[in-house]
Amino acid sequence: MPIDILMPALSPTMEEGTLSKWLKKEGDKVTSGDVIAEIETDKATMEVEAVDEGVIGKLLVAAGTENVKVNTKIAVLLADGESADDMNSDQGAAEKPAAPKADADTPAATSNDAGGKARESSNEPTAQGDSKVPAQPKIETAADPDIPAGTEMVMTTVREALRDAMAEEMRRDENVFVMGEEVAEYQGAYKITQGLLQEFGARRVVDTPITEHGFAGVGVGAAMSGLKPIVEFMTFNFAMQAIDQIINSAAKTLYMSGGQMGAPIVFRGPNGAAARVGAQHSQDYAAWYSQIPGLKVVMPYTAADAKGLLKAAIRDPNPVVFLENEILYGQQFEVPKLDDFVLPIGKARIHRQGKDVTVVSFGIGMTYAVKAVAELEKEGIDVELIDLRTIRPMDLPTVIESVKKTGRLVTVEEGYPQNSVGTEIATRVMQQAFDYLDAPILTIAGKDVPMPYAANLEKLALPNVGEVVQAVKTVCYK
Amino acid sequence: MALPNTASVSGRKSAAKSANAIGSKFGPGDFTGKNSLEFGKDEDLHAYREMLMIRRFEEKAGQLYGMGFIGGFCHLYIGQEAVVVGMQMAQKEGDQVITAYRDHGHMLACGMSARGVMAELTGRRGGYSKGKGGSMHMFSKEKHFYGGHGIVGAQVSLGTGLAFANKYRGNDSVSVAYFGDGAANQGQVYESFNMAALWKLPIVYIVENNRYAMGTSTARATAQSNYSLRGSGFGIPGIQVDGMDVRAVKAAGDEALEHCRSGNGPIILEMLTYRYRGHSMSDPAKYRSKDEVQKMRSEHDPIEQVKVRLMEKGWASEDELKAIDKDIRDVVSDSADFAQADPEPDVSELYTDILL
Repeated sequence: MPIDILMPALSPTMEEGTLSKWLKKEGDKVTSGDVIAEIETDKATMEVEAVDEGVIGKLLVAAGTENVKVNTKIAVLLADGESADDMNSDQGAAEKPAAPKADADTPAATSNDAGGKARESSNEPTAQGDSKVPAQPKIETAADPDIPAGTEMVMTTVREALRDAMAEEMRRDENVFVMGEEVAEYQGAYKITQGLLQEFGARRVVDTPITEHGFAGVGVGAAMSGLKPIVEFMTFNFAMQAIDQIINSAAKTLYMSGGQMGAPIVFRGPNGAAARVGAQHSQDYAAWYSQIPGLKVVMPYTAADAKGLLKAAIRDPNPVVFLENEILYGQQFEVPKLDDFVLPIGKARIHRQGKDVTVVSFGIGMTYAVKAVAELEKEGIDVELIDLRTIRPMDLPTVIESVKKTGRLVTVEEGYPQNSVGTEIATRVMQQAFDYLDAPILTIAGKDVPMPYAANLEKLALPNVGEVVQAVKTVCYK
Repeated sequence: MALPNTASVSGRKSAAKSANAIGSKFGPGDFTGKNSLEFGKDEDLHAYREMLMIRRFEEKAGQLYGMGFIGGFCHLYIGQEAVVVGMQMAQKEGDQVITAYRDHGHMLACGMSARGVMAELTGRRGGYSKGKGGSMHMFSKEKHFYGGHGIVGAQVSLGTGLAFANKYRGNDSVSVAYFGDGAANQGQVYESFNMAALWKLPIVYIVENNRYAMGTSTARATAQSNYSLRGSGFGIPGIQVDGMDVRAVKAAGDEALEHCRSGNGPIILEMLTYRYRGHSMSDPAKYRSKDEVQKMRSEHDPIEQVKVRLMEKGWASEDELKAIDKDIRDVVSDSADFAQADPEPDVSELYTDILL
């Protein structure tokens, strides 16, 4: 039987990549371990090794082909005695055997069933950057009052927007530098700092050892002396090692010094679950940091917000925790083409105006909310969707204004449900706008479990669009 | 002073000996501080005045604590005065100081006012942090004092960040980061050592080895109680210093600061010292004998050593020393009066200084 060689995945979130080069040609003999091809995404280039012995029967995908889906057949390997005639003529994507589904009689599995494929992930752009996919789906969004009418918009990934924000601020202020694991030579573990080393040099783009507690402290100390560090955590899961420096040193010094000395520093990196990375790499810290006086906590969804708010965070004289999301990095949004696009921290954005019900979300939570809004629109429910953007200080007035209009509120986030950002919003809206509520506030969050690895369980642990749709209908008594 | 594992130290002959010569011009016995061991009259008088100021201030703070004017935690520096005074004499304007919670002495040595420190201890608006920091949390940008930190070991990473900033700016300043023998067992200390050595940051790490981490003696808490060796895995040279002899401290400080200013990266000074009082005001120090304390006070007191020298050399008469003592008592009394009379912070201060 000829053996199919498939397009491999380089990372848990990769769905496609570029087959950049074949190192073997048809008719070449290979043994296991021989490098037969190179594939790349914008994050990495990897060699594909043969895992069996044989002769390359056919190359099915030409070198230089972009957007090759993971698990696509890229070549056929013939064993001893086989000839090209033995090859199956089917050149399509190999069918991934679906895992048998567990009984999905769980209440969480409403519109998105819980079997099969891992959660939707970022579409890794190639180095050429032409496989970017716009964020899904299209709903009519409200104009951002911070962007002047008529401004030219450029489709940009969140990844590029973050990099552009850092580069612009580093050009503007010599005191700004970036430090963290793999930020320089490697160009960023998630390629957010791509190109910064080349432009700004090793003095200002500093690779650190794997030493979160230590380098967070070094960053805060440098900030106390007046520099403006951007500390990248490879993920915020690792920042738990450093949380003492973030809270006890960065957040509290201004108060403890009676206003004499603060820490103008940004702690940034991907936060929350990526895909299939298990319990220790999949936690959302929005609610944790949002509890701390002395911190600002920003969690953008769109590329424009990522850019405008990161620039604001870097300029802010206070410590800012800037929570990104790996799934969003590859998503593309319109970013205004302005010389200096800075957004206000602490201000929510009305993503879509509506009159029936208010949905408040932020960060990756917006992906569920946006899809739910589109579904609900079809059913005649007109949702006002608010992207909180900043978790602390929280723009409660914008939420309350909306609730006064709609009388109904649903919150959406990926974090744990107890003491979540949603429960905080619910409490405060109940206290400050009780008379305007026509229904109990519902909070959609991740489930109260460590993140499981199995694809079906992971999907169940996260919120889903069906839950949001159902919650909105419930508060509308429909 | 005879401490375990410190046989090589004799402040009166050679200020200190290098414990570790890796990557350093310092080899065993090479330490050249002995040439500067002798203090002139002005230096001895200055050291005497500075150390006595700290002692009298701390005694007064202890009194005010007993009277209920100072609340919470209060960690006194009595016995360790030579460490910070000797280092300060070696430093240049612009060098930063950072320490943990036993910080009153460091602030006074940095030139911060007795009134401002004492009023912070009593939680009054004239305190360095407007009464919002307390004993453990004071700062002065003007005097290059960066706190005042309550989490054991955190100041070591922060101090390394100050050194990072010096190198980033290309200035000539050195960060001086103090921590105790207890903090020396914290993980982030070694994370910081690694980065400081890797990037050749200008920082002097000062281990104030007062032999007790709260109530636990070094012998019970550490597998390597020669703290000057703690940087050896990173190639950081370390020196043990008689921390009860201000001249030895100054000499070691001169060498260490020169080492840093010359671009050689970090260095560790282990100051062998002793705390006379308990860990904090609530600690009766039952974990050590009265004899041990008494012996240290009578044979190694840092202030007494200078006083004897001043009188033996005829640099100050008994009357002149009494006059200095009186001046200092006046300053301390004034600070105590101020700290009791000064109003508490205005209630509006509760919500200020959280964000800029």
